[in-house]
Amino acid sequence: MRLYNPRTFLTAESSQMLDTSKTWDLLVVGGGNAALCAALMAREAGCSVILLEGAPKPFRGGNSRHTRNLRCMHEEPQDILTGTYPEEEYWQDLLKVTGGLTSEHLARITLKHTSSCRPWMYKHGVRFQPPLGGTLHLSRTNAFFLGGGKALVNAYYHSAEQLGIDIHYEAKVTGLDIDGDTFKSATFTYQGAEHKVRAQAVVIACGGFQANLEWLEEAWGPAARNFLVRGTPYNRGDVLKLLIAKGAKTISDPTQGHCVAIDARSPKYDGGIITRVDAVSLGIVVNKNAQRFYDEGEDFWPKRYAIWGRLVAGQPDQIGYSIIDAKAMGKFMPPVYPPIRANSLRELATKLEIDPAALEATVAQFNAAVRPGTFDHTIQDDCVTEGITPPKTHWALKIDTPPFFGYPLRPGITFTYLGVTVDDKARMILRDDTPCKNIFAAGEIMAGNVLGKGYLAGIGMSIGTTFGRIAGEEAAKHVRG
Amino acid sequence: MFAAEDQPMSLDELIEDAQRVLRVCNACRYCEGYCAVFPALARRLEFTENDIHYLGNLCHNCGSCLYACQFAPPHEFQVNFPRLMAKVRGETYRKYAWPGFLGALYEKNGVAVSLISALSIALLFWLAGALSNPQRFFAAHADAQGSFYALLPHNLMVAVFGTVSVFVAVALLMGFVRFWPYMGEELADFFKGRPLAEGLHDAFTLKNLGGGVENEGCTYPTEQKSLARRTFHHFTFYGFLLCFAATSVATVYHYMLQLPAPYPFWSLPVLLGTVGGIGLLIGPAGLLWLKSQRDPELVATDQTGMDAGFLVLLFMISLTGLGLLIYRETGTMGTWLAIHLGFVLALFLTMPYGKFVHGLYRVAALVRYHLERRRPVPGIAPE
Repeated sequence: MRLYNPRTFLTAESSQMLDTSKTWDLLVVGGGNAALCAALMAREAGCSVILLEGAPKPFRGGNSRHTRNLRCMHEEPQDILTGTYPEEEYWQDLLKVTGGLTSEHLARITLKHTSSCRPWMYKHGVRFQPPLGGTLHLSRTNAFFLGGGKALVNAYYHSAEQLGIDIHYEAKVTGLDIDGDTFKSATFTYQGAEHKVRAQAVVIACGGFQANLEWLEEAWGPAARNFLVRGTPYNRGDVLKLLIAKGAKTISDPTQGHCVAIDARSPKYDGGIITRVDAVSLGIVVNKNAQRFYDEGEDFWPKRYAIWGRLVAGQPDQIGYSIIDAKAMGKFMPPVYPPIRANSLRELATKLEIDPAALEATVAQFNAAVRPGTFDHTIQDDCVTEGITPPKTHWALKIDTPPFFGYPLRPGITFTYLGVTVDDKARMILRDDTPCKNIFAAGEIMAGNVLGKGYLAGIGMSIGTTFGRIAGEEAAKHVRG
Repeated sequence: MFAAEDQPMSLDELIEDAQRVLRVCNACRYCEGYCAVFPALARRLEFTENDIHYLGNLCHNCGSCLYACQFAPPHEFQVNFPRLMAKVRGETYRKYAWPGFLGALYEKNGVAVSLISALSIALLFWLAGALSNPQRFFAAHADAQGSFYALLPHNLMVAVFGTVSVFVAVALLMGFVRFWPYMGEELADFFKGRPLAEGLHDAFTLKNLGGGVENEGCTYPTEQKSLARRTFHHFTFYGFLLCFAATSVATVYHYMLQLPAPYPFWSLPVLLGTVGGIGLLIGPAGLLWLKSQRDPELVATDQTGMDAGFLVLLFMISLTGLGLLIYRETGTMGTWLAIHLGFVLALFLTMPYGKFVHGLYRVAALVRYHLERRRPVPGIAPE
């Protein structure tokens, strides 16, 4: 009955041969949100555009596949966004998480851009929805994509195909011909052969290097071997290395990234959102010696979420264990892996392969320090400990009701912040502080300009969308005048 | 690894895989905006076999979640939610078929069983009519003569169709009565006004084939959103209802107004039947066409026969019914009548064991969804 396979029928690959003889107006390196935004903007401005995505088609889109929302500034309620999220509040949030490691100029461009970019996204097929279950606290600040980031990526690719952008998958850029501040051509491998593509401008939007374990180890030392890569396995930083070698001025440092504590049972690569463990603030976290090492109740979990990867990375063998009792079960988003469950702490420790006596002692000491209070997970409540180090400053309840549950934790890197410096036209800056003529950068590869440290939910897509669109627009201006 | 073709699974494997996949979905929840399934699963931490049957029948197999899924094959998590739910529905239909052994028989090969039964029944009618009185059977009759019953006695038709209808009604009711409490609901709760009305509303409008808030349609048969499936389903469903209405009106005509069939073209039963019949040509043909075009990733192969068998029967009933209308004053009328009745009876007989039952369990699941969503979620703190 089958007349054609809709999947292959609709792809650009089957209908378009690779034409390497022509000079394109714009080459886009990368295939995630920022790359697509740049490609679409330039195409809309009349440029001929070729886009090289290193990943195979089912894994196209880089880490955008794993995203789900855009953090949006808005001075009044906007369709699915409640209340207001003024520029100043957004800026203060960003300032707080980055500890000042941000360019205020570029950051404010990003914030403003997010208040007006959604109609354009809608035009290219992106749909928004009210916030997801378990994320109501984000209904004011974050616009959620219907179906998540992969649906957004699919919509952009479809729009790009319709507009006649040349898209090639599994096309890995291996060389850049750059003369001082000017891009000439790129070399890439595709279907087993090496090709050269010439273009009048290039937008580099191919992410960080979180999947490059050797590079992570250079930065972190042997501890990096125990990291899990939560993001796409295709971001290996090859092009970032090429740019640095060609004189790009870097930003942030190689140890900075979106690094959260995820379930240690997650796959080495690409586990995405579902590997998170949200139980931390409801219990205690111990290391392999069954010792606590940080205040689990410091702040609301969404705000503290991004620090626990680094905390676990600092512990022996880079492993931690989130431990809760029956009272906490059901009060957090259910993780993908079932908890390790036991009727006594001793049994739990044995199952987790940590010292049972040490865990019993740690919990006994913690329980003895818990002061009476009124537990309320929705506010910073008055349930605290006294007389232990580290303290637990909110939501401290005794761990005394069996069954007990444990989740093993590892540092999980989603993306790295080391990147290239850009100006407000998304032009890449060289080490002598001159901007390149026709080299633009967008997305994770330049996110460090705005987000040098820490994380704010939905800001990655804000930066990618803003600088992707600026890069595409500026590249088109450069080419077409 | 990646397998576009569906692989067979045992029931235990299916339930185990569904539990694994539902955990993934529950930890992700990106698809919450697409349909009722995802808010329903987010109410749970664990998934029993009962929950899986409930969620399976809530799923309309629109495909949106597959294309949006970052964990879809070839990702190592191998999450193909629509196909998995399609397999679950197959299990529901088997499990609640009454009596059970007939369900097992039908699942083997839907199209062939449907066609063979239709043709054998038609042959029986034909033989009964043609052998008992060949002259009358092959003669041309004017409408006014009550020609149908001249060939096949009215009492015979009533006896055959009456018996079969009662059997079908009982079998369908048994399926429902067993399925509803299995989901964990009291029978009386099905009749609560608002949830029932909302469930029926969603069923009659196919809200869940809208692809979410924008109502732009579902990703079927390809990745691009389309309202084609909903449209053809409406043709089929409302066509079916009109034909059913035609039969009901005719029954009233016959017994209360003492007017035996056939009726003139401009009479109510014939008009209803004609419009409904045209719907039943367009709808099933469109759905079969879409089915032939759909992404193999969405297909649970063991159900294709069941689905197609139902659609083919509907199409043939309509085609032969309209044929009967056109040729009823010629000598071929007897043959058209026999074939038409054969298909109608085959549909009736296979109804409780075929795709028809999806409507029953779908309505049950939708009503249950609207009942359940009003209840607080025990143990899950609202944020």
